[in-house]
Amino acid sequence: MIVFYLLAILSVLSAIVVVVHRSPIYCALALVNTLFLIAVMFVLLDAHMIAFLQVIVYAGAIMVLFLFVIMLLGSPDEPASAERPGLRTVVLAAAVVLAVELGAVVAAKPGGEPMAEPPSYGSTQALAERLFTTHLLSFELTSLLLLVAVVGAVVMARRRA
Amino acid sequence: MDLLIAFAKCLVSLLIVLQVGVILLWVERKGSALIQDRVGANRANIFGGILPFNLGIVNTLMADPVKLFHKEDIVPEGADHFLHWLAPFLALFPLFLTYAVIPFGDVLVIGDTTINLQAVELNVGILFVLAMVSLGVYGVVLGGWASNSRYALLGGVRGSAQMISYEIAMGLALVAVVLTYGTLDLQAIVRAQGDLMWGVIPAWGVFYQPLALVILFIAGMAESKRAPFDLPEAESELIAGFFTEYSGSKQSVFMMADFVEVAIVAALVTTLFFGGWQVPYLYRDGFHFPGGFSIAVPSLLVTVLQVLSFLVKLFLFCWFQILVRWSLPRLRYDQLMDLGWKRLLPYALANLAVSAVLILLLQGWTVRS
Amino acid sequence: MAVPVQHYLVLSAILFAIGAVGVLVRRNVIVVFMAIELMLNAVNLAFVALARQRASMDGQVIVFFVMTVAAAEAAVGLAIILANFAQRRTLHADEISTLRG
Repeated sequence: MIVFYLLAILSVLSAIVVVVHRSPIYCALALVNTLFLIAVMFVLLDAHMIAFLQVIVYAGAIMVLFLFVIMLLGSPDEPASAERPGLRTVVLAAAVVLAVELGAVVAAKPGGEPMAEPPSYGSTQALAERLFTTHLLSFELTSLLLLVAVVGAVVMARRRA
Repeated sequence: MDLLIAFAKCLVSLLIVLQVGVILLWVERKGSALIQDRVGANRANIFGGILPFNLGIVNTLMADPVKLFHKEDIVPEGADHFLHWLAPFLALFPLFLTYAVIPFGDVLVIGDTTINLQAVELNVGILFVLAMVSLGVYGVVLGGWASNSRYALLGGVRGSAQMISYEIAMGLALVAVVLTYGTLDLQAIVRAQGDLMWGVIPAWGVFYQPLALVILFIAGMAESKRAPFDLPEAESELIAGFFTEYSGSKQSVFMMADFVEVAIVAALVTTLFFGGWQVPYLYRDGFHFPGGFSIAVPSLLVTVLQVLSFLVKLFLFCWFQILVRWSLPRLRYDQLMDLGWKRLLPYALANLAVSAVLILLLQGWTVRS
Repeated sequence: MAVPVQHYLVLSAILFAIGAVGVLVRRNVIVVFMAIELMLNAVNLAFVALARQRASMDGQVIVFFVMTVAAAEAAVGLAIILANFAQRRTLHADEISTLRG
């Protein structure tokens, strides 16, 4: 469908802005844009719950955190060329090689038609059913991880005071 | 044909939110004057000697917007032009989108086509609302940053921190409602509120989740940064907070976002807790009272009654928010954060836990469609 | 005609490579962090595309966990950056170095 190709081109352009732009705030905004476009692609792939979770968690909370840090630290724009002259060309060439290689590997295997999906595919009920039965241990460990992260962040913020 | 119907529904939804936003501007000015025992805006008057008092309509609804749109658009020196232009757009746009999933009626039957009166029929409607509320933070953050001014940045940071803190309590209150009705789809929740508890009382959310209603209301008012939570735009302290450096059309967009958010909180409260478009005992073919008495009503009249009921409830809750704004003093910032994290969040969690246990124990306590 | 899953995977590979470039080239630590988030999202896209291919919800559950872990990592990483900034007053990756040699 033409929608996917449009989204793909826009997200690649947005990702390039994230990596190339000199001002960190514009990079953060371009990343928000990329995340939003990826969420739309999730909707195209029938993963509705994950799409909205992406917007709420990633674009709505994590990126706001990034923006806070950028604004609080008053990040200056990067000077025009701060690193060794040949580095950029070499890394760009390596990135192109990486992309072509990865692309060739994943595109080589014949995929065939997508398997028929049950009617409640991608819904909250289906995700919850998987999460709380087969992957229950991972779920509990992840909640422990979040607790550790919260405590760690608070400890680090407090130490400076 | 389907495309035309979808387009018409989106247009109606957009028009409702736009009209309500503008009317609230007038209601706020005259209503606050009523509450504060003064006259309010009364200079421009086209009804001359017909009415003994001045309704203030021409002044508020016609002269003010014209004045605002004709003001010079000033961008502060050293500010980022692109971000300065982008911030009002990001503040307003997600709020309009939220209205797309709010059902404003049951069905409209024209000939043999049945049109579901909800602009976008998502089966994860509540998640969509939460997502759009999360996106609303960007307008505040960027508005504060792009103004290159101390007051604006302070207001912006405070405002966005307040918004993301109260999103959590709001989300938990919404989850409690989802538990009760067993679905995330807003239209299905409103339809489920047509059932009767013990055959007499309509199964509105307020009877099942009163604490969630209170939490949602408080969190919603804090999200829209209205008094008593309006420290980010504290008129007597930070001038105008994060939109200090905005003038003309951009300022009017920010103010409009304020009123649209009032309308959204009111719409959410009506839809989830007060039956949305439901009129008690009114079904698609007429009234069916509990005693067995029933009145047949043509389907078009039923639809009109239901849409009217939605609008009346919407305005009732908008008026309530305006009342609260002009009655309570402003909360200090640390009191505000205290309320959000130390009081609303534990209460919302406790509400969720108690609801879940009650639902398990009393299987008949929910309204499952 | 549905989009074949290979197209999604190729897009995921391109986004991953762009993120890798960002991590290697940029010197501002916050932008490096953002490029890492971009790489994580590219992988999420691949997972969801393959989950739809096999009509299995397990892929989406993995994406759920990746998002949660990324959130925790972002919080702790930004706290580290803030604490570091309090000491050294710089966000330039080359200057935040205590290794000699």
